[in-house]
Amino acid sequence: MYSKRILNRFQHPKFAGEIKHAEGIGEVGNVKCGDIMKVFIKVEKNKQGKEIIKDISFLTYGCVAAIVSTDFLCELVKGKTLDQALKITSRDVVKKMGSVPPIKLHCSVLAQEALKKAIASYKKKKK
Amino acid sequence: MNKTIYLDNGATTKVDPEVVKAMELYHSKVYGNASSTHHKGIEAKRALEESRHTIAKSISAKDNEIIFTSGGTESNNLAIKGIAFANKHKGNHIIISKIEHDCVLNTCKYLEKNGWKITYCPVDKKGLISPVFLEKLIKEDTILVSIIHGNNEIGTIQDLDAIYKVCKKHKVLFHTDACQSYTKTNLSTKQADLITLNAHKIHGPKGVGALYIKKGTKIQNITHGGGQERNFRSGTENIPGIVGFAKSVKIARSSHIKKMTELRDYFIEELLKIPDTRLNGPKGDKRLCNNVNVSFRYIEGESIGSFLDAKGICTSTGSACSSHTLEPSHVIMALEKNPERAHGSLRFSISKFTTKQELDFALKEIKATIKKLRKISPLTKMMKKVL
Repeated sequence: MYSKRILNRFQHPKFAGEIKHAEGIGEVGNVKCGDIMKVFIKVEKNKQGKEIIKDISFLTYGCVAAIVSTDFLCELVKGKTLDQALKITSRDVVKKMGSVPPIKLHCSVLAQEALKKAIASYKKKKK
Repeated sequence: MNKTIYLDNGATTKVDPEVVKAMELYHSKVYGNASSTHHKGIEAKRALEESRHTIAKSISAKDNEIIFTSGGTESNNLAIKGIAFANKHKGNHIIISKIEHDCVLNTCKYLEKNGWKITYCPVDKKGLISPVFLEKLIKEDTILVSIIHGNNEIGTIQDLDAIYKVCKKHKVLFHTDACQSYTKTNLSTKQADLITLNAHKIHGPKGVGALYIKKGTKIQNITHGGGQERNFRSGTENIPGIVGFAKSVKIARSSHIKKMTELRDYFIEELLKIPDTRLNGPKGDKRLCNNVNVSFRYIEGESIGSFLDAKGICTSTGSACSSHTLEPSHVIMALEKNPERAHGSLRFSISKFTTKQELDFALKEIKATIKKLRKISPLTKMMKKVL
């Protein structure tokens, strides 16, 4: 059902874990539907004075697609400015994953929602 | 790729080499159509009737009470629709359990759409039907009770004697789907009016099954054609399949049951040593000898299965993520309305070919997988704090 690329990434995720003292945390999903994603971010300013995602990680409860899509999302937005990161769509995540079984597409939407929440929580804290 | 460790015998089994050998002749030499009157037809017909006798004898039925079909799904369809259509004048109420196989559930949903009334009998925490409660569900217009014998997911074996007693008392027909339990526990015509059997769960070929129909049962055919199988199931008989089916029944031994039971209990005991793991279904005699089903907390079954598959280990899960409908297992949800338990469930089903070495290798990999996935699950910490 899954491509080799997805299965490889599932076996060796690059961004799994928790960031201690994260500046932004976003969580979506629930046990009932079988997916929970939690994204942690750390932010710093780049040379142009823009806020960028310096560090990012995730914890995911869910299927292969749920875990892999969160991991790829982290890879996509690491080093990006917050504005750029917010523009990443679930379509970008799917593209990065390669072929995704149609029934699993909703997982990549969830990953991106978790990131949005993490950025929002960072902004709220800063205020 | 790792060596395959096949722990999904509830889905299907490896065809026994003896069965393959027995079938060979009926592809290449005895290839006649059993309906033909020439010698090629007659020799095919002889093989058909000998096979029928083997199946009949295995459950103490008469030969003419066995109808060959294409498998469990077709047998269940024929039993339920056949009884429903033939007994319209008596009533339109059918009772099934909440833990039936999809082919029974969906057959009944089809009937529901077409005017029949279906009652879904609940089960207790181990998956058992209460015959006392079942009796309360029987009404004036109840025509059929259909309850799965050995559950395909959690292995619960129902007390057919007690259920049949209740049905007979109220003159309601009783059908049981015995696909998983056949040759693995006691089963006979004294326990039901209709019994579904199939071959590929018992090291026989796919695409062949049977339905036992007690003599005198009012039932209507649902396929129409050349009138084979006493007009209950038209279509040219699958002779190689049927011969293979009979062979798989002939070579089933009680020693296999003993071996599987021992391995099952060893495996359950070892799995339950993993923290926050629980068994789905009962322990002991009320469980199929080849079924193990556990739920691992904080993690999801499809990902566990995927990790294990990468190590060569085949399993199956009741998680929503692995189903076509994205709904968690209706069987585990019937035990307890707890989606986490259903999502985190994994079934390991062994066979006579399974060895302790294989299970030990699987245990090692399961432990490593659970640890890995729990480490990256947000639930692990969250729930532990709550607890």
